[in-house]
Amino acid sequence: MAEPATPLWEVFIRARTGLAHRHVGSVHAADATLALQAARDVYTRRGEGLSIWVVPSDAITASDPTDKDMLFEPTASKIYRHPTFYEVPDEVDNM
Amino acid sequence: MYSQALNAPALATDDSEAGQRFQARIEAEERIEPNDWMPEAYRRTLIRQISQHAHSEIVGMLPEGNWITRAPTLRRKAALLAKVQDEGGHGLYLYAAAETLGVSREELVEQLLTGRAKYSSIFNYPTLSWADIGAIGWLVDGAAIMNQIPLCRCSYGPYARAMIRICKEESFHQRQGFEIMTVLARGTDDQKAMAQDALNRWWWPSLMMFGPPDAQSQHSDASMRWKIKRFTNDSLRQKFVDATVPQGHYLGLGFPDPELRLNEATGHWEFGAIDWDEFRRVLAGDGPCNRERLTARQRAHEDGAWVREAALAYAAKGRNGRTRAAA
Ligand SMILES: [Fe+2]
Ligand SMILES: [Fe+2]
Repeated sequence: MAEPATPLWEVFIRARTGLAHRHVGSVHAADATLALQAARDVYTRRGEGLSIWVVPSDAITASDPTDKDMLFEPTASKIYRHPTFYEVPDEVDNM
Repeated sequence: MYSQALNAPALATDDSEAGQRFQARIEAEERIEPNDWMPEAYRRTLIRQISQHAHSEIVGMLPEGNWITRAPTLRRKAALLAKVQDEGGHGLYLYAAAETLGVSREELVEQLLTGRAKYSSIFNYPTLSWADIGAIGWLVDGAAIMNQIPLCRCSYGPYARAMIRICKEESFHQRQGFEIMTVLARGTDDQKAMAQDALNRWWWPSLMMFGPPDAQSQHSDASMRWKIKRFTNDSLRQKFVDATVPQGHYLGLGFPDPELRLNEATGHWEFGAIDWDEFRRVLAGDGPCNRERLTARQRAHEDGAWVREAALAYAAKGRNGRTRAAA
């Protein structure tokens, strides 16, 4: 029973107008048209969305979790990027 | 990203440095994600549990599917159809979660079809009357919800996220079942007898859904330590009994357990001994419907083979066509 593998697709759904598409899961399908249909059946049975994207899973490049510190640690020391770093006199409100 | 890009399985015992760091993350209630380091035993335990769970959802479509064409009203038929479709969806969310651990969908399906994989013993019992559809929604989905709510906080991210989605969908399942039971229990004597008969047959198998007693459960300790499981089998079973017995009494139905009684001091319903021999027999393949269930899945898979082949051939042709056009 050597079943040929059916490609994997990642599914992204826009829940409402004004929102970004968000990853909701994945489906297997032979091509993009079937992937859209499967995504619609599997992930939008209760009005979860207005728009679906399907993306071949192997087209996504992900950061390596072991690079987490190298990639994201440096921002921790750059608190001057946040508004709370700066002093505003009490007399001046709403800035 | 979710199944092709997994790191090669690392070998390490729990007391290795990586193992200790992993356990510290678990204790800190961090979620483990697909590409994170994890002990091999954790990976294997999850693959086994998630795939058994997925198989259960898929096989679970069969006993109820049996009544779709014979539902008594259009309202009941629409609800049952939607519920069975949900269960199919649950199976697919869970297969996808298992695949993030480095096992392919084709392998998982093959494990089910060749009888190597296990699924919940409850689905090897027959649905003899319409009341069974009520009893399944009320009891079987009720027990499933009890089991699944703590899994929404499982340490493995993709499993926890699948469970959150599933739990949201489950509550209608239990309610439609209880509604069926309510109508039958308030109906004619024959209808009431049907409801009672269904409760009699589904009660004990539902209690078995929580798995063997804590004293005999082989997987419990590690699963608790890894925060895959949050409560023991026995404590979830007790919670289910405490929640369900008053509902049955509300229906005016009796439970098939002469030892069932409320312990005023503890506030818990105490129940009689569960027939664990029956549980083991059914799990090992010797239940009333094991063969029928497996045959139905095999036939569905074989009957769909030409569709999968045609879809893949069509997709390959499309790719070639596009390459030619671009050249
Ligand atoms: Fe389900
Ligand atoms: Fe359900």
